[in-house]
Amino acid sequence: MNMYDSPEREAKLDQKATKISARNVQVYYGETHALKDVSVDIQDKTVTAFIGPSGCGKSTFLRCINRMNDTIDSCRVEGTILLEGEDIYDRRVDPVQLRAKVGMVFQKPNPFPKSIYDNVAYGPRIHGLARNKAELDDIVERALRRGAIWNEVKDRLQSPGTGLSGGQQQRLCIARAVATEPEVLLMDEPCSALDPIATAQVEELIDELRQDYSVVIVTHSMQQAARVSQKTAFFHLGNLVEFGDTDQIFTRPQDSRTESYITGRIG
Amino acid sequence: MTDLTASPANAAAPRPSSLLTLDARTKRRNAAEARFRMMGAIAVAIAVLALVGLLVSILGNGLSSFRQTHVTLEVFLDPAKLDKAGDRDPAKIAKVTTFGYAPLIQAAMQTAIEKAGATTEGVNAKQAAGLISDEAAATLRRFVMAHPERIGETLSFPMLANGRVDGYFKGRVTMESAALDRNISPEQLQLADKLRAAGVIEMKFNWGLFTAPDASDTRPEAAGLGVAILGSAYMMLIVLVLALPIGVAASIYLEEFAPKNRWTDLIEVNISNLAAVPSIVFGILGLAVFINFVGLPQSAPIVGGLVLTLMTLPTIIIATRAALKAVPPSIRDAALGVGASKMQSIMHHVLPLAAPGILTGTIIGLAQALGETAPLLLIGMVAFVREYPGAPPEGFFDPASALPVQVYNWTQRGDPAFIERASGAIIVLLIFLMAMNIIAIILRRRFERRW
Repeated sequence: MNMYDSPEREAKLDQKATKISARNVQVYYGETHALKDVSVDIQDKTVTAFIGPSGCGKSTFLRCINRMNDTIDSCRVEGTILLEGEDIYDRRVDPVQLRAKVGMVFQKPNPFPKSIYDNVAYGPRIHGLARNKAELDDIVERALRRGAIWNEVKDRLQSPGTGLSGGQQQRLCIARAVATEPEVLLMDEPCSALDPIATAQVEELIDELRQDYSVVIVTHSMQQAARVSQKTAFFHLGNLVEFGDTDQIFTRPQDSRTESYITGRIG
Repeated sequence: MTDLTASPANAAAPRPSSLLTLDARTKRRNAAEARFRMMGAIAVAIAVLALVGLLVSILGNGLSSFRQTHVTLEVFLDPAKLDKAGDRDPAKIAKVTTFGYAPLIQAAMQTAIEKAGATTEGVNAKQAAGLISDEAAATLRRFVMAHPERIGETLSFPMLANGRVDGYFKGRVTMESAALDRNISPEQLQLADKLRAAGVIEMKFNWGLFTAPDASDTRPEAAGLGVAILGSAYMMLIVLVLALPIGVAASIYLEEFAPKNRWTDLIEVNISNLAAVPSIVFGILGLAVFINFVGLPQSAPIVGGLVLTLMTLPTIIIATRAALKAVPPSIRDAALGVGASKMQSIMHHVLPLAAPGILTGTIIGLAQALGETAPLLLIGMVAFVREYPGAPPEGFFDPASALPVQVYNWTQRGDPAFIERASGAIIVLLIFLMAMNIIAIILRRRFERRW
């Protein structure tokens, strides 16, 4: 890998398939130009971390990938984002179908005020993934196992999800997100509300999820990015400054801004 | 350590040397806080006093209306008077008016007086029968019309006592006032005392207050809230059925789906303004639109219900929107994030969470509508209605009264007995309101307790 690898070039070099391909994405909130000309390729079965100071547009870009920005009236997105070659901003795309394919985990654990079972079963239910109760039970168990929380909740599936601890709630939310069998999992600072032990559990989980999904994670913690991700993108003031292998970004950053950020001089 | 306290930063703002003494600034702040707390406590005390005063006055005036003086008489249903032909033909029996029943009651009264061994100085037979309400003859006639086969029997009837006699036992009428009263004499009251001692006259719980219709000015003892309660219930039913779905649907659209532009801003401002429109204006609207234009009948619960619906809608919409706004956005995000449509996220998650707030708003709106008088005056619900409205839905179009209007109506009448009735009606109204509020609290608890 030489010093002048562009993101596109690097994607080609990699053996893994490109899952999401963004080209010249611009996002405006009213008059504010929040995201400027972002082009990035996100690979399948890889953890991609977005880092950068607050307000740099990393969450905005994440929310573009499953069109959560549609819910904000003043938000306007330009450019193309392809999911397996299909433009997700095409007029024919229903965001509801997209979001079933691109799951999302939020910063604050946000379980529904329902039972643990219903939390996980909600997605499969509305998408009609189960034909009967037994199948649904199966899906719920599988999702909870994949969320690494099955052993803790298997005896109290009917108790409220909001009664769990913060870390358990976040893993429940991850289980809920994987229950709909998504292909991409977006995580918006999933550990910022958790203590170090819960964070370690969630990070371990993220590493396991990489076997089946393409995971995109926004994080404020550079250590976390270094620990869990294979690819890292650095955003600054709405620009994608640098994108590359995590090792390379943290050891040999090519942009002076990246270097300043990871060494703690800007942020 | 000493050089720390003498540092320049601390020297700029002198601190008390000891924690055990208060400096002037802290004292002033504490005094201000104490004053504020005291004013708050005084405000609460004033409010409580006003409430207690109100309750004491209403209960003091109205509680007695829940008991009513009854005279129990053995009435001989004389065939010679009621059914001269002797063939029990209902058409012929119906020809006997209430005047035809008066002699029966008079005779029964004489028998009762003899049995009680009471002396009747200065009271003739007609005056003795005057202790009984004029309503009694009508009650008796209704019984005979319903059971013509019982003519010829002697039956025990509890009859309403005259309003003055009732007032005498409740302390409203005294011997002195009776001396000046053309409707009753002190001698009659003395007779009433004796009859009461003999057990012919007794106080009973006043079921009639809840079941009887309104009565004319001269028969306050017979006046009841039956028609008014039924009319109010019908109107509340109409308000609930119309205002709740319309209000909730409008709120959901405005809060969740409507684009934010000048039109929705205008609608929003107008809804807030509607909540502040004087209720009598809604009455004029109801009169102009529902009665004059649409041609719905006057005094009908349907018109009252529609007017009150219009009045309640802003309350429900404002409360529902507040409840929807209070649902954390993270829940909407969570639902959208697993691929729920907007509609699903609202129906499955937002609405259940907002339900306690919506319910409370609705019940507050209903309570407001239940106590509303002004708009009902304009659509004719103040009329004197003695006929019960029929069963719904036809009953919605029959004339009826309403509880607050009945209160208003009774306070306009001359006989002081009606003031007592009006206070009793207020108590009934308050009980209904309290019941509604308790239901609201219970529902709230139940919805919130689930998680």
